[in-house]
Formats: sequence, structure tokens, C-alpha cells
Amino acid sequence: MTAPTQKQMHLAAHFPGVNNTTVWSDPRSKSQIDFSSFEHLARTAERGRFDFFFLAEGLRLREHNGRIHDLDVVGRPESLTVLSALAAVTDRLGLAATVNATFNEPYELARRLATLDHLSAGRAAWNVVTSSDAFTGENFRRGGYLDRADLPQVLGSARTGGTPYTRAAEFVATARELWDTWTPDGTPRPFRHHGQHFTIEGEFTVPRSPQGHPVVIQAGDSGEGREFAASAADVIFTRHGTLEAGRTFYADVKARLAKYGREPDELKIMPGVTFVLGDSDAEAQERAAEIRLQQISPQNAILALEQIWGRDLSSYDPDGPLPEIDPVPDSTLVQGRVRIGDQLEVAARWRALSQAKGLSIRQTVIETTGRQSFIGSPETVAAELIEFVSTDAADGFILVPHLTPGGLDDFVDRVVPLLQERGAFRSEYTGSTLRSHLGLTEPVWKG
Amino acid sequence: MPATAALHLAAEIGGPPHYDAPHYTALAQLAERGTLDFVTLGDSFARPGLDALAVLSRVAPATRRIGLVPTVTTTHTEPFHVSSAVATLDWVSRGRAGWSAEVSTTGAEARLFGRRPAAPAADLWREAADTAEVGARLWDSWEDDAEIRDVATGRFIDRAKLHYVDFEGATFTVRGPAIVPRPPQGHPVTVIDGTGGPSQDAAARHADVVLVRATTPEQAAGIRAEVRRRAATYGRDPDALRVLVALTVDLGDAETVPEPGPESGPRLAARGSYYRGGPVDLAELIGQWHRGGAVDGFHLTPITPARDLERIVNGTVALLQHRSLFRTFYPGGTLREHLGLARPASRYVLAEGRA
Repeated sequence: MTAPTQKQMHLAAHFPGVNNTTVWSDPRSKSQIDFSSFEHLARTAERGRFDFFFLAEGLRLREHNGRIHDLDVVGRPESLTVLSALAAVTDRLGLAATVNATFNEPYELARRLATLDHLSAGRAAWNVVTSSDAFTGENFRRGGYLDRADLPQVLGSARTGGTPYTRAAEFVATARELWDTWTPDGTPRPFRHHGQHFTIEGEFTVPRSPQGHPVVIQAGDSGEGREFAASAADVIFTRHGTLEAGRTFYADVKARLAKYGREPDELKIMPGVTFVLGDSDAEAQERAAEIRLQQISPQNAILALEQIWGRDLSSYDPDGPLPEIDPVPDSTLVQGRVRIGDQLEVAARWRALSQAKGLSIRQTVIETTGRQSFIGSPETVAAELIEFVSTDAADGFILVPHLTPGGLDDFVDRVVPLLQERGAFRSEYTGSTLRSHLGLTEPVWKG
Repeated sequence: MPATAALHLAAEIGGPPHYDAPHYTALAQLAERGTLDFVTLGDSFARPGLDALAVLSRVAPATRRIGLVPTVTTTHTEPFHVSSAVATLDWVSRGRAGWSAEVSTTGAEARLFGRRPAAPAADLWREAADTAEVGARLWDSWEDDAEIRDVATGRFIDRAKLHYVDFEGATFTVRGPAIVPRPPQGHPVTVIDGTGGPSQDAAARHADVVLVRATTPEQAAGIRAEVRRRAATYGRDPDALRVLVALTVDLGDAETVPEPGPESGPRLAARGSYYRGGPVDLAELIGQWHRGGAVDGFHLTPITPARDLERIVNGTVALLQHRSLFRTFYPGGTLREHLGLARPASRYVLAEGRA
């Protein structure tokens, strides 16, 4: 039995996303939009005593070569509305919505988040993301961020723009002001906020919510993102890497907290991870390879290549060699997804790998893109997860299943009991709010 | 006597604000026991209260049949988000969503957002109509069978069945397509409140349900005919509209003589027509107006929902059911089915002559 002082792990469940991590060709794959799928995954997470359930957001369908991308799961609901419904079918599970700070206004979004916190009796969280792309902006009044809507003449004062992060930081600060406007005994008071990005005043329509402030999550690993998280977030949703990279990142982020007067425990570091389980490690490895084949269909392999090469490669055979021609830098072939990095450098690396190992296009893509984070028997996976947490490479994990909606079933049935036996994860919820699950204190009311 | 069309009944469950889910869930479940077509929940940025669409989303899994119609403000909000949220309410309720469009006219509300000054109601209702238009286009932008999951070609969707909406209005543009696949009802039900004035045109063009004010059956019949005529001028089938009389009701003291009484009808109050009396006399009034064909039904706003809704369900509705004037169970599952409204085909299918 492990000592009771063992560091506790936090776990969250990510609803499978609209990318090729999510396997739809498997006969067990069900609807990405029916409420029953959300209910199944959320109930499974709650059965596993998870901290929270996490929804990503879509604001524009992805495009490839000027056409809507058709190879991956497409379509998802609006996050806050689904989470409000899930509050009816869960009791303790935290409910985290990704909502873009660029294409919303603080008053309305703070109100919707406070509403979710009331309706769920203290289980709401907001994953703050920003966007600066005019492609997404084509669906919104605001249009291309910072180049139209924030022009000084709109509000009659000589302001300049800023970066998505400075706007997001002010957005979060403004939301917190609004959440604090009602006195703890339930009296509304007027607010005024005059800042670089927002000048608003009036009365907020919602009393202070059960958590005081919904939990704030920040996704993104850049220096600016880390700083924003250190100053303002309760959880950072980060990229998963090696144990060593995790420790370095962890130490870096935690060290930034002091200058904001915060303790290291006040920001939880939770990488997004995938997993494959088997009865034995060998079986899990076999399964992982099968899943990679499902994730990288022949068509998806060509598409992955086109994302690097920035040109139409549809005439190439996915089971044949990589193209001899060079990538087109700064191509607009791909819209609405994150860029991969220096294309020429990546292409050179892929070619070298392909030649060294004699790999086809599809095999190269499988080899170079996202192998699953944790692969093994339940014992192996539990031990690795515990190692990441106990050696300060993470405070917990946001698990991304590859199947909707049953992709978390095995993890909850087979890994969670081991984590609990080893004293690394709660066996029962001890509190009722998400803040209590995460060990975060209620924010002090700043009247 | 001519055969009478089905009677439709709806009730508002707002009132003094509550900040917990069980209050609203209990009221919606009560209305569902009365087999009402739908409940509404008012909302405004101008007074305390939770976001109504979220509240009714929270109510959805705790109910099975009743329609859920939150007020959604179109003035300071993003049309794309409005469309996504209403479509999502339709998904989580399995086809029971509607939305009641409303505008924010005050300077105080404009200052909550700080984006633009207050504008005249007529302009704001034109924008609300644009929001309804772009919402409907976005709901149509995924054809019903766009998702194909074709393993042989590796395609999850048939992108020929997804459509850009390319809407350009006076105050916003939207490219599309929607993020949310086509909702179960095709189009969630659009409710617009207003007999005349600035919302009239938006109602004629976009409403499935129009709420009107009237104090006599004759007046109601005239208004209904006018609403139907105006809808027809926009090329719509008037039979695809439901006109409900909005009535504020006070059933506080059932023993008093009804005021002014079913013979003379309700009197006009500050916000529409007002009825005070007992649940039995309310049933008489509803029955009389509906039998005459003056209206398709009533939207009742109890002055004290927690008290009056129980009296409406157990008194008024029970009597109407006993007289075979109102359904005793839900034959359908969606709000459109309760209202007798067909599920619309996507305009993009119709445009290509594939319907």
C-alpha cells in the first residue's frame, strides 16, 4: 500500500475530436452528434470518478485545397448547450467547454458560463482559446480579428489592437469582474470596465455562481500561452511528450506562478493523451498498430502529405514512394487547422526516413505522426501514468479516446481500479464542485 | 359546425428569477403532464436571470415530449452562435427545440457589450429577421444524408451535400456551412411575439408560431387572417403557421367571479391580454375562441408560474381534455409534430430539384 501522502492524479475525458485520431470506420463507432453519445462518455467518466469532461469547439469546417475536408469526423454541437444538458445526467463530473475569446463578448460569455455553473451546482469550466484567422472570422460579425472590429472608430477612442493573448487576458479578467459583481449575499451591483479591448458597464444578470468563478483552462504551449496560464488559468491543457520533456515543461510553468503571487498547486498541468490497452503489452502494441492503420487511411495519408507539401498530390499512390518534387511554402491549401511547422524541413525528414526504412507514403505518415501516448496492459499503462505524475511531469491527463462513445469504457473498467488501488487516484468524490475535485480553493470575492 | 383544427397550448415558465435547475425542471415536467405543446422561458440582458437556452437544455433530459422554446436575443449576439445553440438544443432534446426571437433596444443593454449604440426597434427587427434567415440557411446547410461513412473511399461526409450559405445582411455576413449537422426537426420552431409593429414583418417571413394580442375572438380572427395574408405574400403556405393568442393569466383566487369573464373576454393589459379568474372559466374561454376558428391556440403566461401552472394543468387542461378539445397524450415526438407542422426539406435539396 502506498503512503497516503502520494500525489493525486487528475483525470479528464475529451470527447473524440474532428481529426483523424477519431476512428469512424470501426463498426463500434457511433454518432458524433446524438446526445446519447455525449451521455455515454460523460457517465463513463463519472463512473471512473474523473475530474471533468471536456469538449472542444468548432467555428468553421476545415478545408483542404479549397474544399470542405471530408475524410475525418465532421460536425459537432455547441459546447455550452450540450454541457447544460449533461448537467442533468451527471452529478459530480466537471463540465468543461472550449469557447473562443475572439468571436465572443465578455458580457454574454461570462453570463453563459455562470449559468452553467449554477445549473450544474458548481461544475463548470471554460477552456479559453483564441483565434486570429480571417477564415474562421467569415462566420462572424467580428470578421478577421483585430483588423476590422477593433478599429478605433468603432468605439470612438484611439486604441490600438494587440495580440489574441492580450485580448484573451483582458477577456478573462473582465469575466472575473462580472462574476464578482453580485455580493455574496445576492445583491446585484453595477460594474464598469474600461480597458484596451473592452469598455462596458451595467449590471450582470447572474448571482455569483457556486464555484465563485468557473474553472479556467488554458490550452497552448507557447511562451505567451504559458505566461497567460501562469497569470490567469487554473488548468493548462498541454501537449504530451517524453517524461523528460514533461518535467522540463512542468518546472518551467510552475516557476512562472510566483511572480503572480500564486502557489505551484494553483495551476494543474494536464497533457492531452491517447492510450491503447490490451491483455498484454504485446497485444496492446498489435492493437495500437491496427488503430494507426484505421487512423491513417490511404486517403488520409495523401492528405497528410499534402499538408506538408502544400500542393495537390492526389495522383500519388499511398503505397508508393514519397514525391520527388519539393513543398510549396506558405501554401493556402489547408485552412482551419493548426500548421505543422517548417514544411521544407519536415519534408526532408520524411524523405530521409522513407529512404532509410523503405517506407511507403502511408507507412511514413503512420511512422511520423502521433503514435499513441500510452500503450500496454492496464498494469503497464497505470504504472506509466503514475510515473508521470509522481515525478512531476504532469498533474494529470486529459484522455482522448479514439472511439465514440465507448472509447473510455476499458480505461475506466481496467485502469482506474489499478490507479485507485495504488492510492494515485480518488475512489470516491469527496466534494461536489469541480474546484474541489481539482483541489483548487474558491476565489476570493473582490467586491 | 365545421370540423375544428387541433388546439395548441403553450405556457411560459419564467417569472421571478430562480438560479437553480430543479425549479425549472419541475415546471416543465408539470406542463408535460398537461401535454402542452411547448413551454417558453423568457430572457433578457436587461434583468436578472440565467441564460434561458441553457436552462431549457438542462431541462431537456428530464423531459421526454414537451417542446422547449427559450427567448434568444438577436441584437448583441452572433447569428452563427445563435444558430448553433438552437440546433444543439434540438439535438439534446431529440427534436423538441424552438426559439423565440427578441431584440434589445435599450442603451443600457448596448453598454453591456460596448460594440455599438442602441438602435431603433425597426432596424433591430430587420436584423432579427436576418438572423432567422441565416439560421434557417445554416440548418439547411447540411443535407440530411450528408454523413456517409464510406470506408471504400475514406470519406466520412459527402461534401457535395454541405453548402455555403453566403449570407450578406446589413449588419453581418456568414459564410457557412454550419458546424452542427442538420437538427432532428430540420428547422427548430421559430416563434415571434408580436401582433403589429416592428416585429410583424419578421413574423410573416420567418415565424412558425406567431403570438398575438387580442381581447375578443373577432379581433383575434382578424389578426390571424392578416398574419396569414402577409405570410402568403412572402410565398409561404399560411397553413404552415400557428397563431396563438398570448394571454397573461392570474388564477390566484378561483372562487372570485371571473374578470371580466368569458363572455366579454379578457381585457387588454400592459403586456398583452390579461385574464383573471378560475381555471374552469379559462377553459371555457379557450374552448369558445378556438371552436369559432379564431385562433390556433393560446400561449399562457401565468403571473405566478409555480402556483398558476398547476391550476392550468389540473384545472383548465383537464377540463379541455374531458371535453375532447385537447390531446390527452403526445402522439408525436417532436415539437413540429405536436404543432402539426411538416419537417422542412433542406432548401439546397429543393433548389437542385432533388426533393
